[in-house]
Amino acid sequence: MKHSFLDRYSDQDSFVHRLDPRTKLVTVFLFILAVGLTSPAMWPVFAIYFIIIAFLIIFSRVPVLYVLKRSLVIIPFVILIAIFIPFFKHGESVGSYNLWIWKVSVTYQGIQVLVTILIKAWLSILSLILLTSTTKITDLLRGLEQLRLPGVMVMVLSFMYRYIFILVDEVMRMKQARDSRNFGGSRLRQLKTIGNMAGTLFIRSYERGERVYDAMLSRGFDGQSRTLHHLSFGLSDLLFGASFGLVVVFACIFNFLH
Amino acid sequence: MEEVIRIDNLSYAYPDGQRALSGISLTVQRGESLAIIGPNGAGKSTLLLHLNGILRSGGRVKVFSEPVTEKNLKDVRRRIGLVFQNPDDQLFSATVFDDVAFGPMNLGYSEAEVRQSVSCALAKVGMTGFEHRSSHHLSLGERKRIAIATILSMSPEVMVLDEPTSNLDPQGKWLLIELLRKLPVTRLIATHDLELVAALCHRVVILDGGRIVADDMAEIILNDKSLLEAHGLSRPAGLKSALESVIPVRD
Repeated sequence: MKHSFLDRYSDQDSFVHRLDPRTKLVTVFLFILAVGLTSPAMWPVFAIYFIIIAFLIIFSRVPVLYVLKRSLVIIPFVILIAIFIPFFKHGESVGSYNLWIWKVSVTYQGIQVLVTILIKAWLSILSLILLTSTTKITDLLRGLEQLRLPGVMVMVLSFMYRYIFILVDEVMRMKQARDSRNFGGSRLRQLKTIGNMAGTLFIRSYERGERVYDAMLSRGFDGQSRTLHHLSFGLSDLLFGASFGLVVVFACIFNFLH
Repeated sequence: MEEVIRIDNLSYAYPDGQRALSGISLTVQRGESLAIIGPNGAGKSTLLLHLNGILRSGGRVKVFSEPVTEKNLKDVRRRIGLVFQNPDDQLFSATVFDDVAFGPMNLGYSEAEVRQSVSCALAKVGMTGFEHRSSHHLSLGERKRIAIATILSMSPEVMVLDEPTSNLDPQGKWLLIELLRKLPVTRLIATHDLELVAALCHRVVILDGGRIVADDMAEIILNDKSLLEAHGLSRPAGLKSALESVIPVRD
């Protein structure tokens, strides 16, 4: 079964694609850190960050619509977490409502915080989408490894990339087999079936893990991961990293002086 | 002739106590092409896992006249290449290159040697140019070839294959048989595909219920219908063959 790649558009070519994965990883990390540390309602600072990321997306020639569509996935999760903030934050009341025996009020400051959180999450996810759609997963893993992320974690990520679609296929086949036998009946029975499927999937994955490990041992694996790939940190990386860093530092200073 | 594998009265039980192998004795000479055939669940795969020390039963398996121990494990695994049945288990890296290079890199080859052995192994299985593909996007036949290449890149002296033709279409199967025929190494093939056995193997061992029940030349065993039938390896007498059920036999 064919699935779309996780790192779609990563085989195109642009200034952003050609940057060293380590440069991209570090700048994305810095960017997310800077966005996260920005005070609520600092709209000009957020505007600067948005302009940076928008420029880079346009430069990278990744379809803008694709980036926007994927970035919206994060919104429901953020709302789920942050939806209660307007009701709990103290401050100037915008309106209050009677809910049965409780009286709840929404504050202006609370709404500001909610919007700020939404913007922060959206900017961060935009930068991550840009990172994964301009860098091949293998390069990304190599970059993480050279940035001294523990080898075990790099290996886990690599296995995830290799096996996630195999698991998806497995689930799909199980679903087809289930539906071919007239899946239905009461809610409770359906839940039980789904529980059984999840259990089966777990056992199969566990057994596959054992077999994969045997296959690794058969080829002399001794717990150490080794790679050949070389990454090259060039002049463009230096220039990009420096200018990106400057803008972010400037924005941070502006934020804290204000 | 040089003895490459000697198994001496090997027994093995799974952790849950179920017996998988009992009293297996077997010797394999260099240059032999040996088939281990038997019905499903006969213990074929378990036997293969003993050959390169994945499963160990206290020195009953001798490889190149030495018992498999912790010390010579790496060497044994280089000289005896084990190809697993499901290529999705064998190919675990993000790209084909990484998978084929995995063995050579674990053996500590230099970079030039790794690249050389990878391109050589891929050329042998006819998959040159696939280095940077992801194995998830390849067909089963292609993945089986790459799985064989991951072993060839370590230049093994013995190739052990677990069901190399399972799930392949007839064309893919015959292409694979041709490929295996050209590789000049000692072969052990676990299978229940008798066409494959007839095409590739000179000697056949029948394994059933964890015991070796026959060990002889391929021609003799493949022509012994009652022996094959007794161990679930041929069409049971009394059932029509595919040809007969389609074309009625005239009296």
